Amino acid sequence: MNATQQKKFLEAFIEIIRKTSTELPKDVIEAVQKGMQAEQAGSNAKYAFEIIEKNIGLAKQKSQPLCQDTGSILFYVHYPRKFDGEALAKVMRKAVVDATKKGYLRQNSVDSLTGKNSGTNIGPGSPSLHLEPWNKDHFDVRLMLKGGGCENMGVQYSLPDNRIGAGRDVAGVKKCILDAVQNAQGKGCGPGILGVAIGGDRGAGYLESKEQLLRKMGDKNPDPVLAGIEEETVREANTLGIGPMGFGGKTTLMGVKVGALNRLPASFFVSVSYMCWAFRRQGAQVSAKGEIKKWLY
Amino acid sequence: MIRLEAPFTEEKIRSLKVGDMVELSGTIFTGRDAVHKWLHEGNEPPVSLKDGVIYHCGPVVIREKGKWVVKAAGPTTSIREEPYQAGIIERFGLRAIIGKGGMAEKTRQACQKCGCAYLHAIGGAAQVLAEAVKEVENVYEYERFGSPEAIWQLRVENFPLVVTIDAHGNSLHKEIEAASAARLTESFARMAAAKR
Repeated sequence: MNATQQKKFLEAFIEIIRKTSTELPKDVIEAVQKGMQAEQAGSNAKYAFEIIEKNIGLAKQKSQPLCQDTGSILFYVHYPRKFDGEALAKVMRKAVVDATKKGYLRQNSVDSLTGKNSGTNIGPGSPSLHLEPWNKDHFDVRLMLKGGGCENMGVQYSLPDNRIGAGRDVAGVKKCILDAVQNAQGKGCGPGILGVAIGGDRGAGYLESKEQLLRKMGDKNPDPVLAGIEEETVREANTLGIGPMGFGGKTTLMGVKVGALNRLPASFFVSVSYMCWAFRRQGAQVSAKGEIKKWLY
Repeated sequence: MIRLEAPFTEEKIRSLKVGDMVELSGTIFTGRDAVHKWLHEGNEPPVSLKDGVIYHCGPVVIREKGKWVVKAAGPTTSIREEPYQAGIIERFGLRAIIGKGGMAEKTRQACQKCGCAYLHAIGGAAQVLAEAVKEVENVYEYERFGSPEAIWQLRVENFPLVVTIDAHGNSLHKEIEAASAARLTESFARMAAAKR
């Protein structure tokens, strides 16, 4: 990567971070509006939605973070094979530092032993970069900013789970998903979206659960069994009455996305990542010259 | 919509009930993890909190033209302060706690006993809430705790909130959780029946 390219890519990554932190993607806004319409006029739930909607507009207009917890910085990038992945990672880290200086990201990364804030969002594990080479000529860059409130509501089940009576089958998986919603109540800043992974080892399960959140809100799972789990758990979760912020109401979840990984015969994990209503994810197709060609959400 | 002016009288707080939607104006103080632990350890607050409001918030505040300006001011998760909150309400005579996610039994009891309420802000709504902050009146313990954890004295106008724990022993969190637990049992039964 030469100096001109580095500059172009740096600008592109900063713009992707800015847009992700300050604007919700269209599919999420539509889901929020749909949730809002379902609530009764004058209810606490409607009130919460009205403030949420106002906030979405205001953040975009002011180009300032939608939520002050700008979250874990999760990058998923496919890049042309001929590019140097290490050089790319370096530019991405620089973009995070610059975006933090510009205020698109909060100083949000703390040494786990000393409690010291690096002030730059750079440190072991931050940002989280998932880079994969591919055989195309362009870059596919996706970014998710996931706040601590909802991340704390993530949970992993090991089936069978006697507490909720969940066995090692599809019925057991569905019970786990609904139990996770019940446990979260309003604490994950609902109405939420769940990313779920069935199977894998513990680490792979959580990774997959987050990657499920890269799917568009309205898409249909190509696997009919998984599609069935998604539809049924959203419907059932919305009978629980937890509502936005846990105030009570009809919209407790806006979506569930489920993926399945192979597992060891001895293990059966169900990993759930809870995403808040402030679902900040964006993506862009970036040319080999470092120009943003198209937004992906 | 109920309009509230801080600081409060006990009577005013006792007139609120769970589910009330309120807009708060007046002076509030931010306080999160470090401040709560520090007060709990026996330290005295640098400013009187009597009849006042603590907001669980680590705001983003920057210096513009010699003045502090709040750029983002959403609530943080309150339950982390549960071990400390009841004692602090009682010792310093707080009338309201603002936060998100609700609080538990000890705080609910302290609210009932002392005449305090928990007012729930909308999590994630950093910009709407920052707009409601009209002025930074002062900052305390900035050196000790750093910016997000310092005690910021803010003047707010029409700060939108919902009462979720009142001074009569009611907690919306407790009610919703119990009701949703019952519905979860029904949901499990429905799914089991559909399978057959």
